[in-house]
Amino acid sequence: MKDRFNLYRFASPAAFYPLAGSLIPWFVAVSVVFGLAGLWLGMLVAPTDFQQGEGYRIIFIHVPASWMSMFIYLVMAFWAAIGLAFNTRLSGMMAQALAPTGALMAFLSLWTGALWGKPMWGAWWVWDARLTSELILLFLYIGYMALTAAIDDQRRADKAGGLLLLVGVVNIPIIYFSVKWWNTLHQGSSVNLTKSSMAETMLWGMLLMAMCFWMYSIAIALMRVRTIMLERERHTDWVKAELEGAAK
Amino acid sequence: MIHWNSFADFLAMGGYGFYVWGSFGVTALIMTIEPIMVARNRRITIARLRRQLRAETRNTAE
Repeated sequence: MKDRFNLYRFASPAAFYPLAGSLIPWFVAVSVVFGLAGLWLGMLVAPTDFQQGEGYRIIFIHVPASWMSMFIYLVMAFWAAIGLAFNTRLSGMMAQALAPTGALMAFLSLWTGALWGKPMWGAWWVWDARLTSELILLFLYIGYMALTAAIDDQRRADKAGGLLLLVGVVNIPIIYFSVKWWNTLHQGSSVNLTKSSMAETMLWGMLLMAMCFWMYSIAIALMRVRTIMLERERHTDWVKAELEGAAK
Repeated sequence: MIHWNSFADFLAMGGYGFYVWGSFGVTALIMTIEPIMVARNRRITIARLRRQLRAETRNTAE
């Protein structure tokens, strides 16, 4: 029983740090492969949209960025719940490492949405349910980062930030279902589990780009969490060994 | 197989070039700058923590 592989071991920063370090190059490589395949399919092969002409190609980053902005928030809320329930050290670090990338994804979602909305709707921005709730998501990310940065005691910062994340999670289904619940200018979802309204190459291009964004987010969050670990665990022996050792 | 007739066609994006490339350009920019910033922050943090660690060991040695 002693040598049994134990996943919980990686809840300890000392064990997670080297694991994350060895995983990063793989996530980067897979992200690049998915990205190149997705761009090739989406930008070079996929046909013109019969309604939106070539302008629809913004979808290949708009949808992946929007999905990631929501998904990263859910992952942060998950870590927040774990952190509040079990008081684990790793969870606060994970949430902190994910927040900037989530904020950037929310920003990209709004930015590409504006550039898509202008030619199709004639407006960069409308106060529509989908757009407004996505803007609130961006503010939740910024609020989380500002709140945790403003509190000196790290455990308190994680707790306060975690509560904010859990309260804010109500916004995610609102974003997701906004196009069903309200009459919005934003089009309904192009993809769901049972059917898709898109041409096959468009759909695959979009899914590949989504995988690329997903792997990118994991890679960048792992890079960030390693630095956070060194910072927060600087008084432990393993960090001292790490600082004195190989990384010279 | 390739949808476009010419490179100019590809750049023009059927008249939507500004919007499409404005989206892809900013995304590429962010996905380039973010890893650079994270790597830079890592170098700076490690250097600072090393300095602190050396200062601490000096103090305890005295």
